[in-house]
Amino acid sequence: MRYSRNVVIPMLLIPIWVVVYLNLQDITDRIIDIIPGLSDSNHFREALRFFIFEFPKVIMLLVLIIFFVGILRSFFTPERTRKALEGKKTFTGNVMAALLGIVTPFCSCSAIPLFLGFVESGVPLGITFSFLIAAPMINEVAVILLYGMFGWQTALIYILTGLSIAIIAGWIIGKLKLEKWVEEWVYASHLGDADTEDEKLTLSIRVKMGYEAVKEIVGKVWLYVALGILVGAGAHGYVLAEFMASFMGKDVWYAVPLSTLIGIPLYSNAAGIVPIVSVLIEKGAALGTSLSFMMSVIALSLPEMIILRKVLKLPLILTFIAIVGGGIMIVGFLFNYLF
Amino acid sequence: MNIQVLGTGCPKCKTLEKVTREVVAEAGIDANITKVEDIVEIMKFNVMTTPALVVDGKVVLKGRVPSNSELKEILTQKVFRI
Repeated sequence: MRYSRNVVIPMLLIPIWVVVYLNLQDITDRIIDIIPGLSDSNHFREALRFFIFEFPKVIMLLVLIIFFVGILRSFFTPERTRKALEGKKTFTGNVMAALLGIVTPFCSCSAIPLFLGFVESGVPLGITFSFLIAAPMINEVAVILLYGMFGWQTALIYILTGLSIAIIAGWIIGKLKLEKWVEEWVYASHLGDADTEDEKLTLSIRVKMGYEAVKEIVGKVWLYVALGILVGAGAHGYVLAEFMASFMGKDVWYAVPLSTLIGIPLYSNAAGIVPIVSVLIEKGAALGTSLSFMMSVIALSLPEMIILRKVLKLPLILTFIAIVGGGIMIVGFLFNYLF
Repeated sequence: MNIQVLGTGCPKCKTLEKVTREVVAEAGIDANITKVEDIVEIMKFNVMTTPALVVDGKVVLKGRVPSNSELKEILTQKVFRI
């Protein structure tokens, strides 16, 4: 009974989703036409049109994809990921860790147990870092928003450059042999061998985990998305290009490092930052500079550094920031140069 | 029965503790519930995703907060097994 309801309802909802999504522009236009007093073409109407098209579009994408990502993630537990990474050689291990970082469920509140669980069971430090860099940076919300607001090319660029940074930064940290900068008690304490067998999950529970992911993530980010798009709608049509280009354009050499530095203390989730970045780009900020800013805000967050300070000594945290920040800047310069 | 809620203080960990107390009270289970917040103690159970639920020394749930009915099922099965 519970099984059938949990699985059948989404099956029935998906076709409805597709129909609404494909006709969203029409629906938006009709709504705009119905509202009285908006018949004259003016700035407010276009801003409103932008908002009531973009906001449902992005939310619909989030709901659908996060639902499936939630189900997919029920197959990738941290325990399985750890098993796959144990004793792996550097580089191959770094590549695997970064890739698994994308699909393994991760929340920054679990960063410490995850770090300990990896390192104490023999996953090399550098490989653990590849995972810890990729997991928050390449998250489904960032990728969906980039896809929704910029198209698949930008989303793909983001995934590929993010993966490269995670792989290379983890590889360098591994080569530098920085284990001495991990708090001593980490290697001194040992994991219990309490029963860690996988829970047997039924399809029904997996689908339920999909629902829960949607409820939790969309419930948390919708407001940021709304605010971000609202700012975008407000700025829609205003010409700020010269102003933006004057300090975030590609001819300003210090724009990339500055954006990266500003991004570190700024802590926002992807949902808040992507709509803002879309405004910046529309108004003349260079792609590379914007990418650096976004990656820095998402991947290098002060609260996470403070959490990690429990297990890592300050020099290692600073090295981590320097290497990842350096990678983010290289990405920024590269894209400013290419486009 | 001895129930431990493992969690460093994240919002979900607090929710799990609350749900556990509710279910135990509702189902009238005779249980001693404690919250484990020390990370070294948590790692002794070898869990990597918090929150986790330990019943009589055995990890029965990790990384998620179950619904009241699911948790009740888990806990009452334990009761019958003893």
